[in-house]
Amino acid sequence: MNRLDLKKCDPRFKDRVARELGGEHIKKCFSCGVCSARCPIEKIEPDYNPRRIIRMILLGMEEEVLKQEYLWHCSTCYTCQESCPQQVNFTEVIFALRNMAVRKGLAPAGMGAAQKLLMQQGRMYEVGDFENEKRTELGLPKIKSDAESYKTILEDGSSS
Amino acid sequence: MKYAFFLGCTVPVRNLNYELSSRWVARSLGIELVDLEDFQCCGFPLKSLDYKDSLTIAARNLALAEREGLSVCTLCSACGGSLSEANHLLRHDKALRDEVNQRLLPLGLNYDGRVEVKHFIRILYEDVGLEAIKNLIRRPLSEFTFAPHYGCHYFKPAEAAGGLDSVEDPRTLSELIELTGARVLHHETMLNCCGGSVLGIKEDLANTLAAQKLGEVNRLKGNGLVLICPFCNVMFEGQQKKIEKKLDQKLKVPVLYYPQLLGLALGADPDALGFKLNRVKDKDFIKQFAKEE
Repeated sequence: MNRLDLKKCDPRFKDRVARELGGEHIKKCFSCGVCSARCPIEKIEPDYNPRRIIRMILLGMEEEVLKQEYLWHCSTCYTCQESCPQQVNFTEVIFALRNMAVRKGLAPAGMGAAQKLLMQQGRMYEVGDFENEKRTELGLPKIKSDAESYKTILEDGSSS
Repeated sequence: MKYAFFLGCTVPVRNLNYELSSRWVARSLGIELVDLEDFQCCGFPLKSLDYKDSLTIAARNLALAEREGLSVCTLCSACGGSLSEANHLLRHDKALRDEVNQRLLPLGLNYDGRVEVKHFIRILYEDVGLEAIKNLIRRPLSEFTFAPHYGCHYFKPAEAAGGLDSVEDPRTLSELIELTGARVLHHETMLNCCGGSVLGIKEDLANTLAAQKLGEVNRLKGNGLVLICPFCNVMFEGQQKKIEKKLDQKLKVPVLYYPQLLGLALGADPDALGFKLNRVKDKDFIKQFAKEE
């Protein structure tokens, strides 16, 4: 890793993370490293390192944190969160960082697909005649797919 | 026991065996599951993009259930997690609740926090109860051993799940498996994550995670892996062939849903539990339960 230039760091980054839903407790971390020790992803892919990500946030390395693809490699298993003695809620911090990356246009390509699907059909999978015929054959009630309500929510409200 | 039945996106399209067996079990245990046709996605897929969007969508579904005066029963652990978390957050944060309700206004809906969210497995465990189910077992599965897979969002984060089970030593699913007469296969990877939520971004990473558990259950020779979430099924059943290729090893770990297992013990025909739709299965095991025509 390159030498860290503190002049390029923004000490207020941690405050912005703390203002995000889920990011509130970021400053409580005392670096014990239990998050990293128990993370199943870090065992496979050492680049994804929860303790290091927290230090980077506290040092203010905003862009370096938000642009990393590994932010999206967390499987959200909540092991770190449930083991943390300081209730940093690191899994929620990951969601907060992803939200921030999306707003800055730093999320990997294709990440917006879920939103498009929900605005088109209200569901992640298409429900058409084929699906409902299969359901009827098995004696299951038909389901419907309605785009309108999610379109209303997502078009009107985004992004507060 | 009456619940609004929240199917989510994956179950009613890709995991009809889970739905069929849950409905069968619910009927035979006196749990009334009411289908609300306006239920749609739970909001979880948006949490990484915009948390508030995700909460608003969750609150919309909860508001629909409130209008019917019914608590919610979920089959998918991600749906259950998303809805419980929204319920927990919005009940305790008035400013956030007002903001969400403002966005629900054009839909004529309002979220008040008046209903509970429970995973189907939790309803079996807490509402019906082990004793009551035990009395109804007609075909104990005493010759068999099954590995429970709890998944993650079923009982974590513990705060939103309301202390449903111990995060380090969960028991609910294991006890429910034992109730059928089967033995529980204790395995070191029991608490491992399936990897499902990374599948879309880095397939090999997701497969590596799932491979650890499939490899262990294969080595210990259980009769199958018991799931309670369609997301986990995508990994353990849907990806199993690819994982075999990756490990260069035959796994053939049968994957089934808990209500399928319980249904067999309650005397159901495997067809009524959707076993035809299981892709990795032990046909000889299932045949033993088929009703004579």
